[in-house]
Amino acid sequence: MQQNLPRETLIEMYRRMMRIRLFEDCAEEVHRNGEIRGSLHTSHGQEAEIVGACMALRIDDYMVGNHRSHGHPIGKGAKLDALMAELLARETGVCRGKGGSMHLADFSVGSLGETSIVGSGLPVAAGAALGAKMQGSDRVSLCFFGDGASNEGTFHEAINMAANWQLPAIFLCENNGYAVSTPIATTAAVPNIADRAPGYGIPGVVVDGQDIIAVYEVVSEAVRRARAGEGPTLVEAKTYRYLDHAANMGRDLGYRTAEEIDEWRKRDPLLLFSRRLINELGVSADDLGKVDAEVADEVSASLEFARSSPFPPSVDAFSDVYGDRLANA
Amino acid sequence: MTSKTYLEAIRDAQYEEMKRDPVVFVMGEDVESNMFGTFSGLQDEFGKDRVRNTPICESGMTGLAIGAAMVGMRPIVDYTMSPFLYPAVDQIFSMAAKTRYLYGGQGGVPMVMRSNMIYGNGNAAQHSDRPFSMFATMPGLNIMVPSNAYDMKGLLKTAIRNNDPVMSFEDAALWSSKSEIPDEEYLIPFGVAEVKRVGEDVTVFAVGAMVALALAAAEELAREGVSCEVIDPRTISPLDREGILKSVRKTGRFVAVDSSFEMCSVASEVCALVAEQAFWDLRGPVRRVATANTHIPFAQSMEQQLYPSMEKVIDAVRYVLD
Repeated sequence: MQQNLPRETLIEMYRRMMRIRLFEDCAEEVHRNGEIRGSLHTSHGQEAEIVGACMALRIDDYMVGNHRSHGHPIGKGAKLDALMAELLARETGVCRGKGGSMHLADFSVGSLGETSIVGSGLPVAAGAALGAKMQGSDRVSLCFFGDGASNEGTFHEAINMAANWQLPAIFLCENNGYAVSTPIATTAAVPNIADRAPGYGIPGVVVDGQDIIAVYEVVSEAVRRARAGEGPTLVEAKTYRYLDHAANMGRDLGYRTAEEIDEWRKRDPLLLFSRRLINELGVSADDLGKVDAEVADEVSASLEFARSSPFPPSVDAFSDVYGDRLANA
Repeated sequence: MTSKTYLEAIRDAQYEEMKRDPVVFVMGEDVESNMFGTFSGLQDEFGKDRVRNTPICESGMTGLAIGAAMVGMRPIVDYTMSPFLYPAVDQIFSMAAKTRYLYGGQGGVPMVMRSNMIYGNGNAAQHSDRPFSMFATMPGLNIMVPSNAYDMKGLLKTAIRNNDPVMSFEDAALWSSKSEIPDEEYLIPFGVAEVKRVGEDVTVFAVGAMVALALAAAEELAREGVSCEVIDPRTISPLDREGILKSVRKTGRFVAVDSSFEMCSVASEVCALVAEQAFWDLRGPVRRVATANTHIPFAQSMEQQLYPSMEKVIDAVRYVLD
């Protein structure tokens, strides 16, 4: 299939992965020097599954993330300025400084929000699929969740309902091996999360999460099924996060070895894809270097935009609790 | 005008709003079988798509309703009994209540969560809660506790048109109570208390089914020459603080009647409000009549004493008048 993908799509895939990588490099550094408050969960190492899945969607399709979700809106095509400004708690942030790193959302690209209570996004994503179906649209809804979330009750409830009602949903498990510090192998009795799919009467597919084309193909098929009214798919992308559960935790929890991290870094998704683009798909190293430079400029500009934006006024703490609360009064 | 029960008022409000707006739909456990009679004829009229049974999964069905609401639908979720809300509390608090705020006003969650409060019937601790006060501690939710069929219908229609989540706590003690309902459409605004009986000597604030108790107590006390003003907030979130203060500034005395557990109840909240903002207008101490802080036991010999009663309201009024 990769042979059929237009060159500009391949370049765009690379560009979005690099955006996530450099955006989070920048965010991690700025967090380290204290300019970003609160927890910051980065997805270094997971960029291929994020972008591969997002690019299988249309911009008007829905997407729900989790606490580790800077990459999801970026993968879906969101502009960096408002995302970076949100991390820096500015009024110009995509959530006007109310959500921060764990609660980014950009409704303009179908990103209905990150949600930081593990597993809470699954039923909401299924609900967006229900809404789309009831409205007779052909939109689909994709939920990113981790291996940890797959042990929550909401996983079962959401997938069961989506399967039973044949909703246009894609449940994408980003299995990075660890729920904070707990290995998935110690909390699940099946080797793959996708093995649970037959219990709901839906397909379950395991895919190499470091291979963007493989993820794109698998999710594209899940999207095709969903749009055709054939119901949801459970996709499990095997992946890895390089950094700690949260950036700059400052303490080694000792649950994995440096060797393990090094092994995974050998299969870095950007490295694998750039090699493939150059060796098999006729893209030159210069072309990629140009993309790298453009993305680096975008990220720098987003940081500058954030830094030059004001903090929200204290009175804004009281806005958006309700919409037009007394509209019918 | 037609005489209708509280349950018929719920049914009619849902029917009219579903007729009016095609994005309104109902979902929940056993809605197709119309368990309590609030869905009579709805599936025949609107089909299975808009009157849909869910599995028993309160968290999941709440999340599905939230997601559907975020993309333009207006779900009404029926939880049967209010303690069945508890498995869904993460979705209600973390998602329904906070979505508009967390994402900086990019969207809201227009959904209605309906549940019954069935207590005083020997259903014991897990089935007998009246948890509206607990939910009222969370910003982002609207909470209605209607005290009669007329208010029920007007408030529920407002709820369905609201652009934020609304919880409707429906007291089973009122199911068969009747009101004269106008044949023409009406809406009741949120956050506007209603004086259900005008009086001079003491303000009796009462929520939901407690309004009937307060009115009965007022009738008794009137024979002794005590004039009670009974005020019904109708919604506890938003709460008509000005309406309450206006009444107490007139009477100078205040009793709050609430079926919640006394701890952190709406009764506690309004007593604090009055003590803080109308202290110099008070001519006596404030008093709460709420449910005692213990679990609800099965045996009637233990259960019945715990709830507010007309006698307890009368005692409280006498106390604040002393």
